[in-house]
Amino acid sequence: MVQVNELIRVRDLHKIYRMGDVEVPALCGINLDIQRGEFVAIMGASGSGKSTFMNILGCLDRPTTGAYYLDGQEVGSLSQDAWANIRNRKIGFVFQGFNLLPRTSALENVELPMMYNGLHSGGRHQRALEALSSVGLGERVHHTPNQLSGGQQQRVAIARALVNHPALVLADEPTGNLDTKTSAEIMELFQDLNLKEGLTIVLVTHEADVAAYAQRQIHFRDGLVISDQAVRPRVQRLQG
Amino acid sequence: MWLMTLRIALRALKRNKLRSFLTMLGIIIGVGAVIAMVAIGEGAKALVRAQIATLGTNVLVILPGTATQGGVRTGSGGVRTLVDSDARAIMDEVPSVALASPTIRRTEQVVAGNLNWATVIQGVAPEIQQIRDWQVGEEGRFINQADVDNAGKVALIGQTVANNIFGNEDPIDGVIRIRKIPFRVIGVLGAKGQTGHGTDQDDVVMIPYTTMQKRIMGITHVQGIVVSAVSAEKTQEAQVQITALLRQRHRIPPDQDDDFFVRNLSDIAEAASNSARVMAILLGSIASVSLFVGGIGIMNIMLVSVTERTREIGIRMAVGARKKDIMLQFIVEAVVMAAIGGALGILLGISSSSVINRMMQWPVLIRADIIGVALLVSGGVGVFFGFYPAQKAANLDPIDALRYE
Ligand SMILES: Nc1ncnc2c1ncn2[C@@H]1O[C@H](COP(=O)(O)OP(=O)(O)O)[C@@H](O)[C@H]1O
Ligand SMILES: [Mg+2]
Repeated sequence: MVQVNELIRVRDLHKIYRMGDVEVPALCGINLDIQRGEFVAIMGASGSGKSTFMNILGCLDRPTTGAYYLDGQEVGSLSQDAWANIRNRKIGFVFQGFNLLPRTSALENVELPMMYNGLHSGGRHQRALEALSSVGLGERVHHTPNQLSGGQQQRVAIARALVNHPALVLADEPTGNLDTKTSAEIMELFQDLNLKEGLTIVLVTHEADVAAYAQRQIHFRDGLVISDQAVRPRVQRLQG
Repeated sequence: MWLMTLRIALRALKRNKLRSFLTMLGIIIGVGAVIAMVAIGEGAKALVRAQIATLGTNVLVILPGTATQGGVRTGSGGVRTLVDSDARAIMDEVPSVALASPTIRRTEQVVAGNLNWATVIQGVAPEIQQIRDWQVGEEGRFINQADVDNAGKVALIGQTVANNIFGNEDPIDGVIRIRKIPFRVIGVLGAKGQTGHGTDQDDVVMIPYTTMQKRIMGITHVQGIVVSAVSAEKTQEAQVQITALLRQRHRIPPDQDDDFFVRNLSDIAEAASNSARVMAILLGSIASVSLFVGGIGIMNIMLVSVTERTREIGIRMAVGARKKDIMLQFIVEAVVMAAIGGALGILLGISSSSVINRMMQWPVLIRADIIGVALLVSGGVGVFFGFYPAQKAANLDPIDALRYE
C-alpha cells in the first residue's frame, strides 16, 4: 500500500500517441507526487504534454506505460466503468471552455454529476444549491449558460466540479477564456477553496500571474518535468 | 434515475419539435393505418358472425350442382336436380335432420288496390317457419300442409311489404296480386330487421312452394332445400348423411360428382375467416414495412442527434456517466419517440376508422389488444432502431467528445 497522505503518485509515466505509423511522444517519463491539500500549477509551452498529463490524472486516458496511483489505488489499468465511478466521486473537472450543457439551468448543470451516483432528487437539489452558493452564485440558479457571463459560467462549472465533494479538482486552463479581472476572481475562488476546504487542485496555465495563486509550480517541457518548486508553504489543515 | 432519463429524453425531443414530429410520422402513419384497417377487418368479421347468428348455426342449405349430361356440364343453378320429394326424404330418412323445406325465390311486382311494390316471392313449406324462426302476427296463421297440397293462393307478407302496399289498413284477408293472380293474405310476418349485409329481411312475400311451382314459375323442381339439423353439433353428420341419401336418390354412380351442394353455415364462416386471415397477413406486411421505414427514420435522426450532442456526451462522461448510462439515455429517447408516434398513430387510427364508419357506413371494431400490441411494437421499434445510435454514443471517447466543436 502506498502512503495515505499522497493523493497522486505518478511513476515513470509515458504516453505515446500513434498517428498512422508516426509515433508522437507526449509524456516521456513523469515522476510526481502530489499531497492532499496541495494547490499545484502546471506550466509549460504549448505541446509540452500538460493536457495529456491532466487527462491521465482525470482517468480519461490511459498511460502507454508507467503507474498512476490515486488515493493509494493503481487506477491506470482499471475498467472504463471503474473510471467513470472515480471521475464521478473523486474528481471534479473545470475546463477552459466551461463545458456546461446548453439550454440547461445552472442548477441542473450542477445536479448533473449526482445523476450518476444514485442520489435521490431532493438531496440533489439541496446539494446543488449549496455548491452554487459556495461559489457565489446563489441568485442565478435558474439562468441558462447563455444568460450568464463567462466568469459566472466558470463558477457554475466549479460548483459542478465540487458538488460530489471530490478529493481532486483538475482545471485545464480555466482562465483561458476569461479577461484579467474575471481570471483573478476565479483564481481567488480556487485559492479560497484550497485554503478553507483543503481541496487538492491541479491547474494548468500559461500565465505566470495565474500560476502565482498556487503553492507549487511545475514546469513541463517536451513531456518531461523540468522544474518543480514550492512558491508558498502548503496550507496546514486538519484531515477529514 | 429512470424518471430523470425520461425527462431528459422528453426535453431533447421538445427542443426539436418539428424534427421529432416528422421523425415520428412514419410510425404514426404506419400504426394509424394498421389500427384503421384492423378495425375495418374486425368489423367485417363481426358482421359475418352476426349474419350467421341470424341464420342459425344448425341450418344447412342444399343447392343444385353441376350435372354432367352426356359430357356437357351445365352451370350451377341451371340444373333441375332437386325436387320436393328430396326435401321430404331428407326430413323422413336422415336421423340428424329435424326439418326440411324446399325453397323457390323470384322477384315479382306485388299489387294491392292501386299500390304496387317489387319484392321477393318465396315459395316455402310450413317447416320453414320453425327452421328460420318466423313469427306470425296474432290474427294470422302460417302456411299449412293443406295450402301446400292444393297449391293454395294464400300469402304471408313481411312487415315492409305490409307497410308499402297496405299502409295503415289491416292486411289480413286482403288481396294481393302477383302476375295478376289474386292471393289472400293470411298473416303478417314478425319483423326481423336487416341482415348483417343490410338486406331487409321483412321485404318478402311467402307462398306455398307448390303454388310457386305451378301458378307462377311453371316448374316441377325446386331451387333449394333448407334444412335444420337436430343440433348445431349434428350439422357435420347431417351433411354427410344428406349427401349419401341424395346420391342414392339421384342414382349417381360412385365415380361421378355430386349434382348438388350441401352448404353448411360454418363452411361460410370458415371461408370468411380464411379471407380474414389473408387480410391479416396483408395488413401485417404493410405494418411491418411502415414500422421498418419509421424505425429507419428514428435511427437516422438519432444518429444526427448523437453527432450534434457529442460534446454533451463528453461532459456527461467526464462527470461520471458510464457507457450504459449514455446508452440508456439514447435508447430511452428513441423509445419515447417511437412510443409517442405509436400513441399518436393509435389516435389517428381510431379517429379515421370512426370517420370511415360514419361516412361509408362500414362496420368497424377497435380491439383493445391490437392497441396494446401496437404500443408494444412501436416501443420495440424504438429499442431496435435506437440501439445502434445509442451504442455509437456510448462508445465515444470522452476526450474527443469534449473537444468536439
Ligand atoms: N489525440 C492526440 N493524437 C495525437 N497527438 C496528440 C494528441 N493529443 C496530443 N497530442 C500531441 O501530444 C503532444 C502534447 O499535447 P498536449 O498534451 O495537448 O500539450 P499541451 O496541453 O501542453 O499544449 C503534442 O505534440 C500534441 O500534438
Ligand atoms: Mg493543453
